[in-house]
Amino acid sequence: MLIPKNNANLMRTKILIKIAESYLNDKFANADRIPLDLRPKETVPSRCCVYKDRAVLKYRCMAGLGHCPEEETDELTTLREYGEEALKRTEAPKNKLSVIDIACSACVKSQYVVTEVCRGCFAQPCRLNCPKEAISIVKGRAHIDPDKCVNCGKCFEVCPYHSIVKIPVPCEEACPVGAITKDESGREHIDVEKCISCGKCLASCPFGAIVERSQMIDVLRQIKETDKKVVAMLAPAVLGQFPGSINSLVGALKKVGFDEVIEVAVGADITTQKEAAEFIERMEEGKPFMTTSCCPAYFRAAQVHIPEIRPFVSDTKTPMYYTAELVKQECPECVSVFVGPCLAKRAEAEYDPHVDYVLTFEELGAILVASGINVDECPEEPFSKISHAQGRQFPVTGGVAGAVASLVGDKFDIRPEKIDGLTKENIRLLKRYATKGGENNMLEVMCCEGGCVSGPGCIALSKKAAKAVDAYVQTGKQLTPDSKIGE
Amino acid sequence: MANKIKVRICVGTSCFVMGSAQIQSLEFNAPDDIADKIEIVEERCMNLCKDIEHKYNRGPFVFVNDELIEQASYEKVVAKIREEIKKECNNE
Repeated sequence: MLIPKNNANLMRTKILIKIAESYLNDKFANADRIPLDLRPKETVPSRCCVYKDRAVLKYRCMAGLGHCPEEETDELTTLREYGEEALKRTEAPKNKLSVIDIACSACVKSQYVVTEVCRGCFAQPCRLNCPKEAISIVKGRAHIDPDKCVNCGKCFEVCPYHSIVKIPVPCEEACPVGAITKDESGREHIDVEKCISCGKCLASCPFGAIVERSQMIDVLRQIKETDKKVVAMLAPAVLGQFPGSINSLVGALKKVGFDEVIEVAVGADITTQKEAAEFIERMEEGKPFMTTSCCPAYFRAAQVHIPEIRPFVSDTKTPMYYTAELVKQECPECVSVFVGPCLAKRAEAEYDPHVDYVLTFEELGAILVASGINVDECPEEPFSKISHAQGRQFPVTGGVAGAVASLVGDKFDIRPEKIDGLTKENIRLLKRYATKGGENNMLEVMCCEGGCVSGPGCIALSKKAAKAVDAYVQTGKQLTPDSKIGE
Repeated sequence: MANKIKVRICVGTSCFVMGSAQIQSLEFNAPDDIADKIEIVEERCMNLCKDIEHKYNRGPFVFVNDELIEQASYEKVVAKIREEIKKECNNE
């Protein structure tokens, strides 16, 4: 999902680095310089002028500090003040995706347009196939009446010259559940009731107008300003995100100030064991199929948008849940921080009593850069618990189903199917499974195409990351239904 | 052309986070005219980001043959590679 060669997501990384640096340097005393540093006067503006660029950057910085730009009450509140406010928070800011209204370019309403390629042909299939009689021939060329057009796309399909184009609205196109729509002014708004926090809109907006509240400063404050033990729980998609060995990354996190580092792949081992047992049980009860439940965006989509699939969703908890449970069993008063590729995990964490904060790889990267830490040069340190091959393969599409299938073995005829990416089409497919059944009995659903390695919080290219995950899987011991976990 | 053009991409943490991760897409879908003329090397931190005044701000760093590109982007690197190809063609 992370689109390579994209200025908008690169700027987000830079903002996070500047914010982490501003905290580490002087606790935001000079935070109001950040938009100026990122857009000095001599740069070529990307909007109408550098001042508008800076105004947008200020809102993006607000989100980086954990505030929601929509909640601004006084435009004169400075970034320094927002920073100081962030440091007073004792609980993680609530997960929320929102649109910066002045940054939203209010893309034209999704529509079909006749281009100059139109020859004004004799057949006129566009006009004849339009169900709303919206097309007429004006000055020898087809013309679509926007008031009558219902965006069905028939004209687009039948034009023999491909002269009709569709102008999409990227965020609306990306959102699989129709949670982002225009207001009267044409700007986008996100309906929190419908939103599944997948972050597809954020990754797709060409104007960088969509932001979410970061918890980076909250985590830094816990590390630097409290005596509490802070534990990092690294999602299995971490392989390949930071060049250097995985054990050097553990060393790097210790240098940042984390007291302990554990792999979420350990929790994924537990998920594998429980889900395999649950699968066999459900099949023996005669259920037609089961879907995985570890992707929080899918889990939420099932609750809100695909109610008919709910009875078939596994009750097994996620790898994050089991990992955090282990962490809190050993040290109930510690602060647990999940670090992963996922924005929806922030929503999941709000319902998980054992998870205190969620960071993305990008945010961790920003902390490392701001702290001047090069992972490759850090001493190698061991994880506190060792994971198996099965838990390690979760973040790549097919990995979860594969892990579960390997434990089911010959105890039941398991026929897995990958639902690779929660698109509008795949949501329809899931609905069909729920009402009419299908040929397979184990559906692995991942919201991000390619799996968690393509998550919106990733740094590395998903192809490279998937390779690194695979290499790590090869070095892991095989899990069995009775393997002891977390030793 | 005898030798391939060496593209050394710094994958130190700061360069990687600042965008060299994205430049690695050259490995998978480089434009046709340069795809078979380049050799991509992952370079460990070359300490170019340790400059006190500018620090990471000048990164990511990429070398195309012996020429250093600061604040490298996919576009800049591809342009430099094309320049180098032209140079070598003229020399032959």
